[in-house]
Amino acid sequence: MDTTGTFWMPPANSTIASEVDALFYFILYASIIIFALVVGLSAYFAIKYKRRDGVEAINSKGLDHNVKLEIFWTVVPLILVMIVFVWGFQTYMKINVVPKDAYEIKVTGQKWFWSFDYPEGGNSVNEIVVPVNKPIKLLMDSKDVVHSFFVPEFRVKMDVLPNRYSITWFEATQVGEYNLFCTEFCGKGHSEMVGKVKVVSEEEFEKWSEDLAFSGEGMTLKDFGAKLYVSKACVTCHKIDGTNSTGPPWNNLFGKEEHLSDGTSVIVDENYIRESILNPMAKITAGYQAVMPTFQGILKDKQIDALIAYIKSLQEDKSLIQDESSQEDESLKNE
Amino acid sequence: MNKMPETHYLNATKGIKSWLTTVDHKRIGILYLFSIMFFFFIGGMFAILLRLELLTPSELYIDSDTYNQFFTLHGAIMIFLFIIPAIPAILGNFVLPIMIGAKDVAFPRLNLASWYIYMFGSMFAVFSLVSGGVDTGWTFYTPYSTTTSTSVISMTLGAFILGFSSIFTGLNFIVTVHKLRSPGMTWFKMPLFAWGMYATALIQVLATPILGITLLLLIIERTVGIGIFDPAMGGDPVLYQHFFWFYSHPAVYIMILPGMAIISELITAHSHKKIFGYTAIAYSSLGIAFASFIVWGHHMFTSGQSELAAMIFSFLTFFVAIPSGIKVFNWIATLYKGSIAWTTPMLYTLAFLFLFSIGGLTGIFLGALSVDIHLHDTYFIVAHFHYVMVGGTVIAFLGGLHHWWPKMWGRMYNETQAKIACGLIFVGFNMTFFTQFIMGAKGMPRRYHLYDDVYRPFHAFSTYGSWVMAIGFFLMAYYLFRSLYVGKPAGDNPWGALTHEWSITSPPPEHNFESIPITEHGPYDYDKVVAKSTFTEK
Repeated sequence: MDTTGTFWMPPANSTIASEVDALFYFILYASIIIFALVVGLSAYFAIKYKRRDGVEAINSKGLDHNVKLEIFWTVVPLILVMIVFVWGFQTYMKINVVPKDAYEIKVTGQKWFWSFDYPEGGNSVNEIVVPVNKPIKLLMDSKDVVHSFFVPEFRVKMDVLPNRYSITWFEATQVGEYNLFCTEFCGKGHSEMVGKVKVVSEEEFEKWSEDLAFSGEGMTLKDFGAKLYVSKACVTCHKIDGTNSTGPPWNNLFGKEEHLSDGTSVIVDENYIRESILNPMAKITAGYQAVMPTFQGILKDKQIDALIAYIKSLQEDKSLIQDESSQEDESLKNE
Repeated sequence: MNKMPETHYLNATKGIKSWLTTVDHKRIGILYLFSIMFFFFIGGMFAILLRLELLTPSELYIDSDTYNQFFTLHGAIMIFLFIIPAIPAILGNFVLPIMIGAKDVAFPRLNLASWYIYMFGSMFAVFSLVSGGVDTGWTFYTPYSTTTSTSVISMTLGAFILGFSSIFTGLNFIVTVHKLRSPGMTWFKMPLFAWGMYATALIQVLATPILGITLLLLIIERTVGIGIFDPAMGGDPVLYQHFFWFYSHPAVYIMILPGMAIISELITAHSHKKIFGYTAIAYSSLGIAFASFIVWGHHMFTSGQSELAAMIFSFLTFFVAIPSGIKVFNWIATLYKGSIAWTTPMLYTLAFLFLFSIGGLTGIFLGALSVDIHLHDTYFIVAHFHYVMVGGTVIAFLGGLHHWWPKMWGRMYNETQAKIACGLIFVGFNMTFFTQFIMGAKGMPRRYHLYDDVYRPFHAFSTYGSWVMAIGFFLMAYYLFRSLYVGKPAGDNPWGALTHEWSITSPPPEHNFESIPITEHGPYDYDKVVAKSTFTEK
């Protein structure tokens, strides 16, 4: 696996990456030659013809233009850039034309996370898992503003728009985990809209597809919730150490009286949390912006139950929690 | 020892009122100088604050919302309040009429009006700064800009108003160049600075209205709720991008053409060499102005525009590279066998050749479709346009400022300090921005408050560079202000240059010339005319 990349480029881990890099380095070396000429000559002239007393500039005829020279330095760069143009366009078409047998994943961007829907059903948030050596087609759109899907190690980037689908594709050549950045500015959480591309072997991918429908069997609700807290990207906006982020922190939240932006207040209970997840605009906590997206269709009932259980477990004042099952959870853990 | 002339434009009339109602192009240039430099300082402070925050990958001292406002304000102030007006409004106003042998611009009152409009527009920008900031980036991309709760309206309204200031200046210069050239000054005896200003003015007049209308549509969408760009109301966000870049790409040339125009003057005046390829440089300015209108789509290679459109825009983009290349080669050929004085303006000229070449060559990477897909919206872009805009335009502007400073004030700055400052800015700039090419190619996205730890060393080095640059700028502010009081009188022609402005006193008389001068020789006929330098350090 290429883990270091070159001096300039990140590791090349998709089928088109090395083609992009080849052109990059062609331009780089051509540029270095031209740059060395420009700067070398300027410096040489500046030193050689530095002003000296009694020595005038030489302005003899022919030093103010030279048709042959001018044609030369027009035509040679023109040829060079035309090579670059054709080369760049050819690879660009490969980046844009999706192979027929590609495996299609639906990508949704929204403030400030990515979600992925797989053809077999099931979805994941902020982590897209794909098989190695198989072309993956991405059908993308946004639920709010413009985002952009960028995986440096695959050299692939495409804007994600709110009013139409955009399409791109890649074929990973190495098993591993890669950063997925949002590269179109989308507000407060823009720099935290970072996902992972997890490239796995064909067998592992099949196993993962089966697990996708996983609903926490064999785990306590609370632990399943803790897992979802990270995997469904709640963590981006809700902290559990009491710090304010884009949204209210979750620790010591359950049972608390929350003041809302419309002046009323509400006790945080199971139904309030459920409503906040599915219809976040209904009640806005005072002091926060109304920016949370709905998770309708992303989270299943069981998963919402798990998140509620997790939020309860973060309440240190147990007298605020009536639900006995979650307290049992807590005592189990303490043992 | 030179003496200052007894009366000149600075002391011809006195009092605040005489300045605020002046129609003298030179005084208006000075008004612009102080107001634009004030905003350069504000924009620069935001840059320093941004770089400080980026010293570490996690939050250092400001949260994401504040960070987003800082980079927006840095960009918007630097673009709309500093770099677009800087050269035409300060140096163009001051020098252009004298250069072509005119007593003033064609419409002196319109000229003053453009300054008041600039100040008026800048108030809106200041208002959005103090009323909660703006967090859209200077590009105001929809639908983010139509939905965010920050002061987008006052900032865009400010940019809309500033557009008129820009149009008025452009209009004035076009008419001035057409109608007020002195007898004997044919089009091809015009200094190349005038050619550059003329080409710039054409773009200002033709392109700025498009920005005005686009921003107005944005304001209408936000206030009245007519859906033009926001898909929630049936609009199209990509349409906004087309409109925006249809202005903002030509605007890039509103920024760089004046810089190129200055370099043509400096390189000849400080080497006493006739310019190489006068006609090629003059025509390439017009060629760039024209081509700048048909390449806007290269900002949108990843926006989902059709492959055909992308191909055409990429093809056309490479053609813009050629005239810029021609200019650089011509300037270098000009140095050949010259008598090169190592003055501060010449140092800036050499710095320009170095930095602008990097800025231009890295543009080739971005014009190439496949490579741009990878580099788009990363720090590579940030570095590229800073190399062009700062390494090109700002360095040329500073060179021009040091070149015409003794003409403006009649006094010379301390050359040793000026050279140190130039060196600091050059080194600091490369430290700050060259590292950004590398981290950008490695995938660091732009406009990120928090970032992956692998980019940390690059960001840290870049921040150290910004401090070196800042020291250079503060040193410059110090010696320039000081020169106003203790600078040695420079004499009429400290550089021994041939254009008209050096034939009158420094500072110039109120009406420039006692009688309209006759242009008898070309601006760079160093083979025919010898002008003695009126200033020596010792």
